[in-house]
Amino acid sequence: MVEVAVSRTTLPVGSEAHHASGWWGMLTVIATEATLFAYLLFSYFYIASHAQGAWPPHGMPKLSLAIPCTILLVAGSYTMWWAERGIERGKPVQLMIGIALSLALGLAFMALEGMEWAGEPFHLTTGVYSSLFFTITGFHLAHVAVGLLVLAVLFLWTALGYFDANRHSAVSIGVLYWHFITIVWLAVFFTFYIAPRL
Amino acid sequence: MSDVETFRAPIIARATDQSQSSHILKRSWEGPGGIAGWLSTVDHKEIGKRYLITAFLFLIIGGLEAAIMRAQLAQPNEHLLTPEQYAQLFTMHGVTMIFLYALPVLSGFSNYLWPLLLGSRDMAFPRLNALSYWVFLFSGIFLYVSFSLGSAPDDGWFNYVPYSARAFNPGINIDVYALGMVLLGISTTVGAINFIVTLLRLRAPGMSINRVPILIWGTLTASVGNLFAVPAVSLAFFMLWMDRQFGTHFFDASAGGQPLLWQHLFWMFGHPWVYAIVLPAMGIVSDGLPTFCRRPLVGYTPVALATVSTMALGFGVWVHHMFATGLPIMAVSYFSAASMIIVIPSSVAVFSWIATIWTGRPVFTSAFLFFAGFVLLFVIGGVSGFMTAAVPVDLQLTQTYFIVAHLHYVLIGINVFPVVGGIFYWFPKFTGRLMNETLGKWTFWVMFIGFNVGFFPMHILGLAGMPRRIYTYAEGLGWGPLNLIVTLGSYLFAIGVLLFVVNVFVSLKRGQRAGDNPWDGASLEWSTSSPPPVYNFAVIPTVASRYPLWEGRLNQGDDRSSTQQGFLLDKGRETIGTTSLDAEPDVILKMPSNTYAPLLLGVALAVLFIGALLHSWWLLGAAVVVSLLASIAWLWPERALSQIET
Amino acid sequence: MSRSRALVVSALLIGQSGTTYAETPMSYWHTYGPAGYPLTQLGWGLGIISIVVSAVIAVLLLGAMSHERSRAADDTQLAVGREGGGMGWIYIGTGITTVVLIGCMGWTLLTSASVVRPPSTPALTVQVTASQWWWGLMYTSADPSRTFITANEIHVPVGQPVRFEVASADVIHSFWVPQLGGKMDVIPGQTNVTWLQADKPGVYRGQCAEFCGTEHARMALVLIADTPEDFRAWQDDQLRDTPIAASAQARAGQRVFQAHCAVCHTIRGSDAAGIVGPDLSHLMTRRTLAAGLLANTPGNLAGWIADSQSLKPGASMPDHLVSGADLTAVVDYLKTLQ
Repeated sequence: MVEVAVSRTTLPVGSEAHHASGWWGMLTVIATEATLFAYLLFSYFYIASHAQGAWPPHGMPKLSLAIPCTILLVAGSYTMWWAERGIERGKPVQLMIGIALSLALGLAFMALEGMEWAGEPFHLTTGVYSSLFFTITGFHLAHVAVGLLVLAVLFLWTALGYFDANRHSAVSIGVLYWHFITIVWLAVFFTFYIAPRL
Repeated sequence: MSDVETFRAPIIARATDQSQSSHILKRSWEGPGGIAGWLSTVDHKEIGKRYLITAFLFLIIGGLEAAIMRAQLAQPNEHLLTPEQYAQLFTMHGVTMIFLYALPVLSGFSNYLWPLLLGSRDMAFPRLNALSYWVFLFSGIFLYVSFSLGSAPDDGWFNYVPYSARAFNPGINIDVYALGMVLLGISTTVGAINFIVTLLRLRAPGMSINRVPILIWGTLTASVGNLFAVPAVSLAFFMLWMDRQFGTHFFDASAGGQPLLWQHLFWMFGHPWVYAIVLPAMGIVSDGLPTFCRRPLVGYTPVALATVSTMALGFGVWVHHMFATGLPIMAVSYFSAASMIIVIPSSVAVFSWIATIWTGRPVFTSAFLFFAGFVLLFVIGGVSGFMTAAVPVDLQLTQTYFIVAHLHYVLIGINVFPVVGGIFYWFPKFTGRLMNETLGKWTFWVMFIGFNVGFFPMHILGLAGMPRRIYTYAEGLGWGPLNLIVTLGSYLFAIGVLLFVVNVFVSLKRGQRAGDNPWDGASLEWSTSSPPPVYNFAVIPTVASRYPLWEGRLNQGDDRSSTQQGFLLDKGRETIGTTSLDAEPDVILKMPSNTYAPLLLGVALAVLFIGALLHSWWLLGAAVVVSLLASIAWLWPERALSQIET
Repeated sequence: MSRSRALVVSALLIGQSGTTYAETPMSYWHTYGPAGYPLTQLGWGLGIISIVVSAVIAVLLLGAMSHERSRAADDTQLAVGREGGGMGWIYIGTGITTVVLIGCMGWTLLTSASVVRPPSTPALTVQVTASQWWWGLMYTSADPSRTFITANEIHVPVGQPVRFEVASADVIHSFWVPQLGGKMDVIPGQTNVTWLQADKPGVYRGQCAEFCGTEHARMALVLIADTPEDFRAWQDDQLRDTPIAASAQARAGQRVFQAHCAVCHTIRGSDAAGIVGPDLSHLMTRRTLAAGLLANTPGNLAGWIADSQSLKPGASMPDHLVSGADLTAVVDYLKTLQ
């Protein structure tokens, strides 16, 4: 080899901010998972549009748990945004606190959603509405569960000192996913709880 | 331990495969040998070859299934097969060809070639690449185990409800299909993600978006399409599985469910899918034909745009599979018009290919014959599709052998012929030897004649009213003689495929040795040795045009690509990351080396689905836990990948 | 079924069919009524365009490969000195294609509009219930006393539109009589509506056109277009009370029927009221058995009852229920159902 030159531009090495391949990979994951939810909601609207008789068949779904659920997830997105800002400024403690808060809010969401499930007057196989309700909210809950696992692992990695102001792409990628599940919830919430009232 | 470097001004060097630096690269990129290496490799070239070989195995199995069916149909009222056996055969033939052959074979080409075409040392996600192969293999095995139990899926590859519901199909046949498809969907999705991010980020400096080969456009478009289409079918199969196991009512008309919901979800996936399995193959021709016509492709930009617009339009035509279902006339007419409009970008490509041949100077190799033959078969398949796009005509043609003719012209014509031509073209690059040209030409004619004799009469059978998916037919309907011709023609075609396989094996052992660029091709893969070194490029190429190796001979200005001078990137496994549109260097990417994580995760996922099939919830739960742990281990930040500081 | 039996059956079936295109009774390159004719015209038009396009492309391809060109100086010489050139092919080719496509789109829309409803109000509505693997038929009428049920063989008056309301008892099927018109799928949970009109008297063959299970291949349909007098006579036959079984043999057969068959089949005017299988009230007025599989002869009837599973494996009709003297008796009884 003959060394001809050293490049005039200095390039970052490895996983750094939006240069990490994983960042782009997460965007594509979000695209495909969002599409999955789009098809789920399409199925709901398709079946609703062909329904004979009253829709929703068990009356308007109550907002008493759904609205707190929404608030919890939106708050959880705020806390993760704040957490990421912390590590961007080189403050891993802020990151850990933010993750812990988001974890708690996410767990509270799952608990409330569990209460909603238990309190419904129908169960999974009652009819097509119930099949849709539990499957769609169930898919979302599964995504939240994965999100909580992601947060827990990020918490561990922060505690191990892996992240600093320059290098925390795993955090950015995890935050992307976390915001995504909040947005999905907004769509699910709108479909089940708002749309029938319009 | 030194600190992990955060920034570097990379060295630009002149080097070849013989340079000292290349020995260093070889040591970094070469994994262990033996079984360990085989199970843990993340080398895109190895994975590409595996995809090709596995896909061809499935092609042969699918072909055997068809051969048995054709024996049953050669005469009226035959009794070779029971109706149930026939139903399982036609279903698995479709599943095998469309899912286990057609996309994976193109993934094979793309996996092997993309980094070489783009001037990169690997794909964006080498481990994910390995995972997508393992999951594909396991899902194929999963589907086929059902045959050994006598319970293969038996409601056709599109699996309409209610016949696929538990009430009418109580065995595990459909459960195997549903779960196998969701598992396969994981492979397809992660494969698509890999291609998209590789295209956006891992091109050689200077390879702006308007300089990438058309195969890249084809596979990229197919991958974006799959990202948006696969969830529809995974969801449909999941909902069907729920209906069958737990008694939900998605498709249960008696409880407000909608049988047509299945068809909408299935075809919202199915139609984009058929473009995903032909657009990369069209790209193979768009890149291969110029080499054998001694000129660049006519109309690169229109063809690239036609590729993208075909896939985009492909999302708006799915109802043309449902014209007879009783939908309102306004709705079906919209889809009918869209199905005609989608012909336009295809015609751009066809005229580009003809113009390239006409204004070029054809070299009549076997590969060229397959590419030229493909153009005619493409058009015949296209016009039969155009006929079915007209709703009133489709109400007669749909679900008859006319459609069987159409789909085989488009699938064999637009996928198999380019694939076979592509193997003749790139075999020297993959193996260092040329395939036998004399046998190749015989193969082409046997395949071409056999295919047309076997499948053209199906148009007539369809017009004579022969429905699809019938295990037998009575005398007196006028279908006997043509069915016999179809059977004989299809066997001749099969002999052609056999000749091709023989050629591959013989050429592997005794083919004439090929140099770097036996065809005098223009793209970057022909600048490497045959086969390429494990690190692909001694230095990262810089690219100045669409046809880097032809620049001296095309008077296009003074900019020159270089494969001998560029970034060295020899500190471990490294390649360059660039911006998406203009391919300016952006980051030095550290690439992972051999690991068992993809295999482990693939096995865990397969076990998960086995647990679901057998209703063994503890097995499923254990597999979920192992999958999550394997994923966490996989993603654990590594210093070697410069993911963490300390 | 054995080879010789198959030959006999198909000879009878061919003899029975009597359509103009007896050699290909399911073909639709000619159709015989206003529901089919516009489809056939458009089909021929698009077909001819398709053949012409394919031929033109074949000629262009061959020309491209074989036309005269200057020789290459050496192997490395390219055919052109620059990347461009040849775009005219794309402009002209795609331009012509677009114009042809738009024309065909217009023609298609006009054709769709012309078949979306019948030329006049249908005088007759038939409710078709498709099951695995036979067709139940209910002829409705403004006069409720002229409503009746039959199976597998449809009669229509020639030259008049008939409305068909198709519904499913189980899975998706498709209602299709190719020489009269396009298909209409039969989908559980909804009733689809279509119409047909036969302008020529005769026998038209149909077949289920959506895979519906094991014996999808054997779910045929016979549609007979009668002159108005013949149609009225057929309707009267269907409405007439079933003759009381006269001979001792027939009465014995009726007892066998009641014991083994009445659970699935109806014979109006008797105690047999099963609705799982086809209505057999006037079985002897039909030309075929088992949804077009067999010609309606006593031999075939006995064979079907004795061993349906070897003729149509998987059919819901159980086999070996009746044999020997009982079989002869029940066939004698069924022969009285004119």
